[in-house]
Amino acid sequence: MTRVGRRLLDQSLNLYSGLVLVYLMTPIAIILLFSFNDTKSRFNFVWQGFTLKSWKDPFGVPGLLDAMKSSVEIATLSTLIATVLGTMMALALVRYEFRGRGATNLFIFLPLASPEVVLGASLLSMFLSLGVATGFTTILIAHVMFNVSFVVVTVRSRLIGFDRSLEEAAQDLGANRFQTFMRVTLPLIMPGVLAAALLAFALSIDDFVITNFNAGSTVTYPLFIWGAARIAIPPQVNVMAAMIFMVTLVAMLLTVWQQRRAERMASMVPSEA
Amino acid sequence: MAFLLRRRHAAAPYLLLAPGIGWLVLFFAVPLYYMAQISLKEGSIDTGYRFTWHFQTYVDAISNYSDQFLRSFEYAGLATVLSLVIAYPLAYVIAFRGGRWRNALLLLVILPFFTTYLVRTLSWETILDDDGWIVHVLQSVGLLGHHGRLLATGTAVVTGITYNFLPFMILPLYASLERIDKRLHEAAYDLYGRRRDVFLRVTLPLSAPGIVAGVLLTFIPAAGDFVNAQLLGTPRQSMIGNVIQSRYLEVTDYPTAAALSFILMAIILVLVLAYAKIAGTEELTGAEGVAA
Repeated sequence: MTRVGRRLLDQSLNLYSGLVLVYLMTPIAIILLFSFNDTKSRFNFVWQGFTLKSWKDPFGVPGLLDAMKSSVEIATLSTLIATVLGTMMALALVRYEFRGRGATNLFIFLPLASPEVVLGASLLSMFLSLGVATGFTTILIAHVMFNVSFVVVTVRSRLIGFDRSLEEAAQDLGANRFQTFMRVTLPLIMPGVLAAALLAFALSIDDFVITNFNAGSTVTYPLFIWGAARIAIPPQVNVMAAMIFMVTLVAMLLTVWQQRRAERMASMVPSEA
Repeated sequence: MAFLLRRRHAAAPYLLLAPGIGWLVLFFAVPLYYMAQISLKEGSIDTGYRFTWHFQTYVDAISNYSDQFLRSFEYAGLATVLSLVIAYPLAYVIAFRGGRWRNALLLLVILPFFTTYLVRTLSWETILDDDGWIVHVLQSVGLLGHHGRLLATGTAVVTGITYNFLPFMILPLYASLERIDKRLHEAAYDLYGRRRDVFLRVTLPLSAPGIVAGVLLTFIPAAGDFVNAQLLGTPRQSMIGNVIQSRYLEVTDYPTAAALSFILMAIILVLVLAYAKIAGTEELTGAEGVAA
């Protein structure tokens, strides 16, 4: 290949990647833009002019505020439970050699490899068979279930590079096990735990398929949109999506920043002199 | 909890695992048992269901809904191939030329996940709208007839699926490309490998685990999806997920819905196990062994 040909290939590869990024960003731009749409119809698919109306009255649609409240409550609770359970599991899987470790890894992976529609349908099958009424609690149970595996995978990947000599150093300096865990281990794995919690929250507040099966008469934000999609979609739906987008983005950037700080902390090795 | 972290405590790993595994057993594994039971029942919502080992439901489900099954795998397959073609060059560029922009570029890749799935899918209605510029351009170059449209077609559904699951393809591809030792490239060039040979014989084979992982992570949710077909298509584009959803929640024909779920899961499980056999469970689940 000639030098010019090689340059051309390089350039087109970069251009192609740039176009893919534009493609990835376009729907996000449209969601944000259409939260300012002055729509005259029941639907919000065609641009009709700029307005701040929907942002000034974000909950001006009956039912949307309640749906948002349910979503935030379920996301918060399921994140707390799944993060605690998942972190404990990740610690067990990374730090110990024990019988059944491979099988456990595979079992935790299975929910991730199952289509959501199957997870939702089977859970509903159980609730139907046992005569459990579906609602807030069953949604919460379902969300913890699918979040646990994600938390394990996320925390585990951060734990693998963990420097155990720091814990040994703490104990050499007289810390007991509890102090070591609280003051050394936990702060060091915290970025991984926070990243997992953020992922769990984002997955929970966004989940439609599994929730749809186990919601009963409870309405979450995605269920509200699903119902609205048949009748009317107000721009407020986009305002909510834009808010969730910005909150998640800020939280993500904070997590990254926190992680950098923890990495710096972990790499503070006394000079050898 | 701290005492559990002592390494030689034999019960410690089990105690740490117990609550989470318990949750998964109760709300992931046991429900599958109940779904199996329902799939073998006979009756209706009014007269009640009785367990009769009614395997006929499976036979009927396959013959009645073979169209939707085939369509699901066709759409999911198309979307997976498209994702691979779209994702590989981007993952390659980020991994080998990203430099200090790597993390920022990866953030851009997962940014779509920060928006709500349903709203993201609905935004494709705007993009593919009959009066949108994409339809106009396709009409003027003759790829679409004068009254041709994209919405309510298989094209729209595949477009939506491809977009929604694309990050699941990019991330594993990036992870496997990023792990490739750059010295292997240098060695290949030192041995007078041509650029194409270096790519085909070094880079591509070494990124194979990422390709397989990306294909599975894209194909599995795509095959079970019903949101894109519902919002961007019509009943003529309905996939197996649409059938399961409506049989369960609208028609309340629980045995058929349960049987369909199992058939879908069985097909996918066969694919995953085939992969586990090739790549090993540790590779598949991303666990890399006990930290030293």
